[in-house]
Amino acid sequence: MKRFRGIRKGQNEGSIITEPIWLQRMLIGVAVGFVIVFLIAPLLIVFGQALAKGWDAYWEAIREPDTFKAIQLTLLTAAISVPLNLIFGVVAAWLIAKFDFWGKNFLLTLIDLPFAISPIISGLIFVLLFGLQGLLGPWLSQYNIKIVFAVPGIILATIFVTFPFVARELIPVMQSLGNEEEEAAIVLGANGWQMFFKVTLPNIKWGLLYGVILCNARAMGEFGAVSVVSGHIRGQTNTIPLQVEILYNEYNFTAAFAVASLLALLALITLIVKHVVEWKSGRHHSNSVQINRFKEGISHEY
Amino acid sequence: MSIKVEHITKNYGDFQALKDLSLDIPGGELVALLGPSGSGKTTLLRIIAGLEQPDSGRITFHGEDATSQSVGKRQVGFVFQHYALFRNMTVFENVAFGLRVKPRRERLPESVIRAKVHQLLKLVQMEWYADRYPSQLSGGQRQRIALARALAVEPKVLLLDEPFGALDAKVRKELRRWIRQLHDEIHITSIFVTHDQEEALEVADRVVVMNNGRIEQIGTPEEVYEHPANLFVYQFLGDINLFQGRVDGNRIKVGNSEVAFPELAGMAIPDDKTAIAYARPHELEVYGESHGENAIEAEVRHVRVIGPTVRLELRRRDNGGYLDAELSKERFHELKVRVGERVFVELRNLKIFVEDYQI
Repeated sequence: MKRFRGIRKGQNEGSIITEPIWLQRMLIGVAVGFVIVFLIAPLLIVFGQALAKGWDAYWEAIREPDTFKAIQLTLLTAAISVPLNLIFGVVAAWLIAKFDFWGKNFLLTLIDLPFAISPIISGLIFVLLFGLQGLLGPWLSQYNIKIVFAVPGIILATIFVTFPFVARELIPVMQSLGNEEEEAAIVLGANGWQMFFKVTLPNIKWGLLYGVILCNARAMGEFGAVSVVSGHIRGQTNTIPLQVEILYNEYNFTAAFAVASLLALLALITLIVKHVVEWKSGRHHSNSVQINRFKEGISHEY
Repeated sequence: MSIKVEHITKNYGDFQALKDLSLDIPGGELVALLGPSGSGKTTLLRIIAGLEQPDSGRITFHGEDATSQSVGKRQVGFVFQHYALFRNMTVFENVAFGLRVKPRRERLPESVIRAKVHQLLKLVQMEWYADRYPSQLSGGQRQRIALARALAVEPKVLLLDEPFGALDAKVRKELRRWIRQLHDEIHITSIFVTHDQEEALEVADRVVVMNNGRIEQIGTPEEVYEHPANLFVYQFLGDINLFQGRVDGNRIKVGNSEVAFPELAGMAIPDDKTAIAYARPHELEVYGESHGENAIEAEVRHVRVIGPTVRLELRRRDNGGYLDAELSKERFHELKVRVGERVFVELRNLKIFVEDYQI
């Protein structure tokens, strides 16, 4: 019934709710103008500035040793934090979606915490924990372990900041899937791993991929938290975003924009992949939504 | 394989789902667990399967304690209410799943698996659908695939949770008959959960009527229908009319009329004790004129023709209570009553339950 009404509404939209031509054009103009000024123009400027002195200068700027180190560090950070968050995220989503336990809402809130607080605070937490004056500082320096102003600190801060992406993406997917398929697998004699890899994973793969893509984009682009724990040591503890800032502050615009263009490129790739994933999972999802609707219809009948 | 359920208790927080429940199921039978929602029937089924752990009690399969056995070890086939087919796999892979996840040394060779799956698909009349995905099948087809998948691992026991609940009326009837036939062919001990009394009475060898986490009665469909152990079973197995009355010797006074119950004699039930008498709609006899003192006067409020039967909604003249009567179409035409007219209801074939007394 509902769907029927929906279709009719859609058909009528053209005839009943029609704005005058000038209003239509104005609204379109405002929207397009907004997109150009705030999204497309900055992107063009980044690439324009980066290539202002030609491809050679661009290439030189990226090959510069400190910058190259920064790119390496960023890749290393992402290569460690993304897989860890993938595992944490799946486990946390599994716990929350499939089980009822005391403190579940608290755990949900905890998972959201990195979203809720400013990245600067996230960074400071680690300085306060592991810094020389920090809680664990004396103990760490006794064993000569350096966390803050070193690579481990950057990785820890990145893991913390990007923690919610995978879990947040998976919880609603897993909740909507329910437990029955997993139970069916167990009854048929599958062990836990077989159940996860043959039944659960194929059902959540698009949501998981989406979460990983977002997580990766943030891991590579994080500025605030990393800035606090990094100490900005050139060629050692600078990631791409930090390197961009340093170059920019030194009026080395071409180099700054060249490095920035890498992040912009990453953003573009992320958006494209995200779009493809959404399109794929959308198709997959519409199937399961239909099934759910079908189920609802049935439970109404009986 | 026989199943023995002994003193099973299960609580969910404050809610007592099963209360010290015991049940024996002989091998090879098709048993229905029948009850309203919340009666604990699905919980019992899931405990037998091993999908839930009982708080206390024991489950034995063919004399062997299975209480602490894991689900996979129990060798049960389970058909879920909403089928729970693996949506990312084809029909073929769904049915083959149980065979493919076996440890390598127990696993059958691929060619044997293929032959077996095709044989099962043939059994459930779905051999042409091997390459389809579950989302491309109708409800009845999914149900059959779920059944084939459960049978693939050659379970000792087949458990079905509301197997027909999510299907439309016609498919339900077909599948019901088909499951009965299938059971007669393969003779596997089967238990199915249902809240539909017609389904239970039609399909099962034995019906277990459950309510509030307890078993109210166990018996063949005929036994539970004709000789309900108590009020609940009687009420649950079909529509009923209820008459409040008082005991007077071996008679019951209902309104102005009296009905003799020879079975009351010798039970020494004190007079004036409240008794409740029941009759199913088709057991009431409706007349145009009074035949004696045993009739209750009533007015016809509604007439509903449902295929070959006619249902009358009657309002008692004496106390304003409502009665349902079911007549054949011929009888209705003989009567020639219309809405608003007066009829007399003969109290016969009543069943009676007196508080604190077993009759």
